[in-house]
Amino acid sequence: MTALDSNEMVLNMGPQHPSTHGVLRIVLKLDGERVTSTDCIIGYLHRGVEKIAENRTYVQFAPYVDRMDYLAAVSNGLGYCLAVEKLMNAVATPRAQAVRVILTELNRIASHLLWLGTHALDIGAITPLFYTLREREAVLKIFENYCGARLTTHAFRIGGLQYELYDGFEKEVESFCGQFLAKVDEYEELLSGNRIWRERLRGVGVIDAETCKRYGVTGPVLRAAGVAWDLRKAQPYSGYEQYEFDVPTRTSGDTLDRYFVRLDEMRQSVRIIQQAVANIPTGPIMAKIAKVVKPPVGEAYVSIEAPKGELGYYIVSDGTTHPYRLRVRPPSFVNLQALGHMAQGALVADVVAIIGTIDIVLGEVDR
Amino acid sequence: MATVPWEGPIPDLLRARLGASVLETSLYLDQPFAVLALPAMVPALELLRSEAGFDYLVDITAVDYPKRTPRFELVYVLYSYGRNERIRLKAGVALGEKAPSAVPVHLGANWLEREVYDMFGIEFAGHPDPRRILMPEEWAGFPLRKDYGIVEMDNRWVQANLGIESGQ
Repeated sequence: MTALDSNEMVLNMGPQHPSTHGVLRIVLKLDGERVTSTDCIIGYLHRGVEKIAENRTYVQFAPYVDRMDYLAAVSNGLGYCLAVEKLMNAVATPRAQAVRVILTELNRIASHLLWLGTHALDIGAITPLFYTLREREAVLKIFENYCGARLTTHAFRIGGLQYELYDGFEKEVESFCGQFLAKVDEYEELLSGNRIWRERLRGVGVIDAETCKRYGVTGPVLRAAGVAWDLRKAQPYSGYEQYEFDVPTRTSGDTLDRYFVRLDEMRQSVRIIQQAVANIPTGPIMAKIAKVVKPPVGEAYVSIEAPKGELGYYIVSDGTTHPYRLRVRPPSFVNLQALGHMAQGALVADVVAIIGTIDIVLGEVDR
Repeated sequence: MATVPWEGPIPDLLRARLGASVLETSLYLDQPFAVLALPAMVPALELLRSEAGFDYLVDITAVDYPKRTPRFELVYVLYSYGRNERIRLKAGVALGEKAPSAVPVHLGANWLEREVYDMFGIEFAGHPDPRRILMPEEWAGFPLRKDYGIVEMDNRWVQANLGIESGQ
């Protein structure tokens, strides 16, 4: 940080500030109420996940990935399993792929719901949080019934699934989908037409498509800037090419548009889940892979569309049971970098909205 | 799966413009990658961005091979929205050697390069903000190097800042 001008001041935000969603610290340089520069201090939650990976076998490491983006543990697990399967040149069975899609999309809904509730809370709307947590609970119940865990699920295994579906899984998922779309409309009724909500978010934290690309920003932030890019469409994995769904976009790239994009994404996830659950193939849940996971020497980069953007795993194998190097390309870390651009010239109160709208999880930023 | 040669417009473009700096162009598991000489890395990123549409720098990371010379390998993952293609560029970096910074070409390289420095100690020449990013600034050692043990830490830092004998 450079020297201060006589009419500038420095404000420390976080790491304990509730609106920073964890342990993010931002040093804001202010000219009156306006932000002239930001400096993100991260790493408070750094656990050395990539180092741990080198000291665990491929199978042992799988539960650790859930603890990065702990709000979308299923997505993390899917990306990791796909990356290891790529290295082993294995593919999950059709049944496993369909179940993976259902659980991952449910997790996307859960992640967006928590985002919506807390984002609204940051802005000053307390009510939506109670409703979004109520619906999220239904999703977590399905996870709990499936694998016993609600948050750090470890639902998948390299090569497929650990568990066969429980009796009534399809019915529970269908009944959730059946009532959920009306709930999304309810959130819209609470917020979209609310004048305070609109005025508070319109034109705040604007980032255009070109700048998104220069920063490597992906996910809803990119789509709200008008780029219809979603890895599920661009480079389908786990059978996403079989399902019909749209990639919601908006054009102005501000906080309000990102809100609309995420709401629409929840609706699209419901569409995908309904198609998948109506037609889960029968057959084994695990592909025939070696009991000891030992990918041949080589390396691969595999990425998926996590709720927050592109989540990538770059794994270097030296032919042993332990990864030689495992790199996680976290969407939150890369997206957070654009905060400086989005907050430039903003009011301090808007910084709260901008942090919320990027939708970061510090467990993933710091790893 | 074996590594097979990577043919097509991209490797042709790289070879035509960067000549002998392109050391290898291959495919492994259908994923293309090129190995370049380190000084050609930033020109290659610029060339691929302006002439082949690789406008999204996905990731920068490194791998430590203590027995190889040069010791480190820098890995750049690129994606083109127009082509819907993903490629990797790799270059060796010796211990103590400075890699050129990619920030002038891709703004997103800023934090990614800081993380590579933080974890491997590879410095980037011309980086606008060369600080550690995840570890505390005064931390000694680079955790993702192979000679850095998993329970190792900077005891001096822990004692001074956390007021405990050891974190283990």
